[in-house]
Parts: sequence; structure tokens; C-alpha cells
Amino acid sequence: MIDVSGLSVIFGRGQRRIEAVSDVSFAVPPGGGLALVGESGSGKSTVLRCLAGLEHAASGHLSLGGERLGARRTHAQRRMVQMVFQDPFGSLHPRHTVDVALRQAAAALGLADREACVRRAMDMARVPAALRFRFPHEISGGQRQRVALARALVGSPQVLLLDEPTSALDLTTQHGLLEQLSEFRRDEGLTYLLVTHDLAIAPILCDRIAIMQAGRIVDEMTCASLADREPTHPYAARLFRLARETELARPTTPGIRMEGQVAR
Amino acid sequence: MPAPVLDVERLTVTYRDGADTHVAVRDVSFRLTAQKTALIGESGSGKTSLGRALVGLLPSGAAWTAERMVLGEIDLLRLSAEQWRRLRGRRVGMILQDPRHSLNPGMRIGRQLAEARSVHFPLDRRSRRSFVFDALESVRIRDPERVARQYPHQVSGGMGQRVMIAMALAAEPELLIADEPTSAIDAELRREILSLLDVLVRERSLRILMISHDLGLVAHFCQRALVMKDGELREDCASEDLAQSSDPYVRTLIAAAPRLPSAPPDLAAADVGGPRP
Repeated sequence: MIDVSGLSVIFGRGQRRIEAVSDVSFAVPPGGGLALVGESGSGKSTVLRCLAGLEHAASGHLSLGGERLGARRTHAQRRMVQMVFQDPFGSLHPRHTVDVALRQAAAALGLADREACVRRAMDMARVPAALRFRFPHEISGGQRQRVALARALVGSPQVLLLDEPTSALDLTTQHGLLEQLSEFRRDEGLTYLLVTHDLAIAPILCDRIAIMQAGRIVDEMTCASLADREPTHPYAARLFRLARETELARPTTPGIRMEGQVAR
Repeated sequence: MPAPVLDVERLTVTYRDGADTHVAVRDVSFRLTAQKTALIGESGSGKTSLGRALVGLLPSGAAWTAERMVLGEIDLLRLSAEQWRRLRGRRVGMILQDPRHSLNPGMRIGRQLAEARSVHFPLDRRSRRSFVFDALESVRIRDPERVARQYPHQVSGGMGQRVMIAMALAAEPELLIADEPTSAIDAELRREILSLLDVLVRERSLRILMISHDLGLVAHFCQRALVMKDGELREDCASEDLAQSSDPYVRTLIAAAPRLPSAPPDLAAADVGGPRP
């Protein structure tokens, strides 16, 4: 579904020239999910933004659904892939209601039956109908992220690009949204490319993980393999160690303390 | 000498908005006896209001009452505005989430640091210079001379956070309140900042109250954990006992934390109650 080969992205020129992404290649099959994990500055978001058409590649090929992406994208290509950003406050227009935001997305994609598409997207993202005429500041952070998700779903895309989709949310809110996103991929056959610095959410949404460092993919693994082996690359191993270090024990049944003496 | 204990009984913080009142913190009592205590809560739980009440920095629309609020020998209930000002920084330091918003953008880092010190201690030109360098070195800044001359926007996020810590410690407080000090930085840096705080806490026999929504992180860093929900204190226990909490909300929170698989991820096993929109 997603095919990236030899992707390089360069920012600036002369002394300020930075190669943000160097020779990155990967493929995600239809219905698959790949998580790009790395620290800030590793180039993971830049890869995502290239696929969204927000950055230009210096070299390399990008294709979606077997079709090579050119400098200008067709309507069909733009419908195929949508992005969900980290901060819904930043990605939703503060003076547009939920309704306007979703209808504009439908109009921009040139959809025929806009009302039906908006309703369907709200339904899928579980945005309550009562929120339709509210402004972003009038709804909670979790609801805002659901609206951002609905906006991405309006044109029935086949690929979702998820840029830290839950890192701005509280734990319990994050849990609900992660669960729902993981259902989507399973039930609707959506393909995911996820960018996150939080290793623990990668296996919930994806079946493969690629570790990025300084613009390159340094290690790649399936999530199924995590249970029985640690990653081989030292940097990847270090990321896993850091993540495991701060992991909490799962809740256990509280112990029952009984007072009294044991008869001898 | 160990730092004095903070003792709070039945603290309530109320915000008034016209005819509406909103209780942000309700009857919260705790004693800060551990060196490192975490105050955990989701947005709207009242954790930040609680932290601000402890340094007398609640916004003007807020009212607070308590039966007892004592830091060492000081009765915080009886302080005038002037006395609060002398206490802040000197006895209780505060670190905020984002250095980019909390440092003065138009003042060089060295001068800001010196100012934080000179509010409480006399500082002549020579001692000022050595103070600034020592303070920056104590937070593991390798090139203090250069950093002292820089403006906040010229340093990285991690460096900015170190400067904030140095500023909070400039007047040698006994209690440090850190409001989400690491949520704006990534895992590697977070670990560095935490181990730095760890060293400082030990070296200076400082107590720290770390306010955070990051359950796993603070549970590993802190010895004790306080958990707040809707303004109420739901748990007050040793960090390692969090997983055995009998409070349903605390259990929900812990279950909701994503974990790397040791077995395949099993979302259904995590029981998050409440209606889903």
C-alpha cells in the first residue's frame, strides 16, 4: 500500500544544509501498520509529512496503492491518504465549528454526497452528534482529537498517517482512542503509518516497528517478535530499555489482610 | 539535616466565575515526608491548583481554605503577601513545564539566574559571576560561560529545563515543586533531567513534589505517590504499592497505561470503565 524507497529530504542549503532523512526505504502492505519510532529530530515526522505531500523529497520514490506519487497529486491520490496530527487545537480552525471543519474537508476532496460522508465520519470516529455545532474550544481534548480523526475519515481514505495521535491526551482518554484506532485497522482494513516517541503504543496500532535515528532507519522488527527477543541494534535496544524502565506493573488484586492469630 | 515536612490538612481551592463556583481541590490532606513524592492526576484533577496553593500563587479568582498548612516551622495560613514573596524561591522553589514560556525571553540566562539569587541574598559583582557559573555547572551545563551569555531562545529545550532547575534552586529552597518538568522533552533527555534532579535532591537534602500525568515515570522516580481525581485525593501510598491500590479510579488509570508486550498486547484485559463517547 505504501512504498518508500531511497527517500532523502534536505532542509536549507550551504552551511545550513541538513539531511533530515537519508536513504529511507520501507513498505507497508494493505491493512498493515508500521510505527516509526525515534527521538525528536530523528526525521520520523519528516517521512510522514512527505507522504502527506507537506514536504518535498530531495531524492527517492514514494508510491501509494501502487501508484507513483508525483510533485502534484490527483484528487484520487489525495483522498487515499489522510493525516491526524498530534495537537487537535493546532489542526482545527479555532473559529470553525466541527460541522464547518468536516464539511470543508468534504468539499476540498470534491466529494459528491457531503452530508452523508460527514455523518459517516462522525459516526466512525464516535463524535457525538450533539457536538456538531460546537467550536474546538468548547469540547474536551479527547473529543477534539476524535473530530480531527473524523476530519481525516471524511473521504474514506485507505491510509492514515498518524503523527503522535494520542500523546496530548490523558491516559484514560488515550486508552479509548487507541482501542478504537486499532479496531479500525482490523475491521476497515485501513493502513497505518504511525509516528511516535512512545514505544508502548506502537504494538497497539501497528504490526511492525522501525527505529529511526539521525534520519535513518537503524532497526526494524515485527511486534510479534517483541515478546521473545530484544532488538539487535544498540540504539533500538536502548530505547526499549528506557521504555521498560518506566513501565508500571499491571494492577493486581489488592491483598486481603486478616487480623488475628494462627492457632498452633 | 533533613528538610522540614510539609503538612497539609483539609485544603480546599475554589474558583469563582460570576455566580458559578468550581471546587478544584476538595478537603485534601497529606504530609510530605518522603524525599520524592509524585502528585499524579489527569487534566482537571486539581493537581496544578494544589501545587500553586502550596506556593501562594493561585490566580486572583481563586479562594483557598485549610485547617492546617505548615512548612517546617512556618504556618503558611498566616502569611501576608510580603511574607509569601520572601518565602517563594527561598524556602519553596518551583519548576514549570516549558522553559520557553517561563524564562524571560529578553534577558540573558546569567542575569536571570543572578536575579533569582539576589532577591534573597546579597550578591556583588564578583560573587555574582562565580554564583552563576557554579549554578550552571551544578545542573551539568558544561560550558557555563557561553550559556550565561545566551538568551533563552538560543538554547535547546533540555538546556532550558536545566536553566529552570538552576533558577529554582538559586536561593537554596528546601522544597521543590516541579509541575510536569519533563513532559515537553523526549525519553533520553527526560532520563537525564530526572537523574539530575535525583542527584540534586540527595546533595541538597531537598524534598521534591513532582506533579505529573505520567504515571509510569513518576512512580519509578518517586518514593511516594498521591493520586488526585476531580479535586479529591484518591490514593496516598508508597509508589511500589500503586498496583495494589484498592481505589477503582487508580486501578483504571494504571490499567490504561500502554505497555510493551511481554505477551501480545491485550487491550481487552485492561478494564477502563465509564461510557465511551
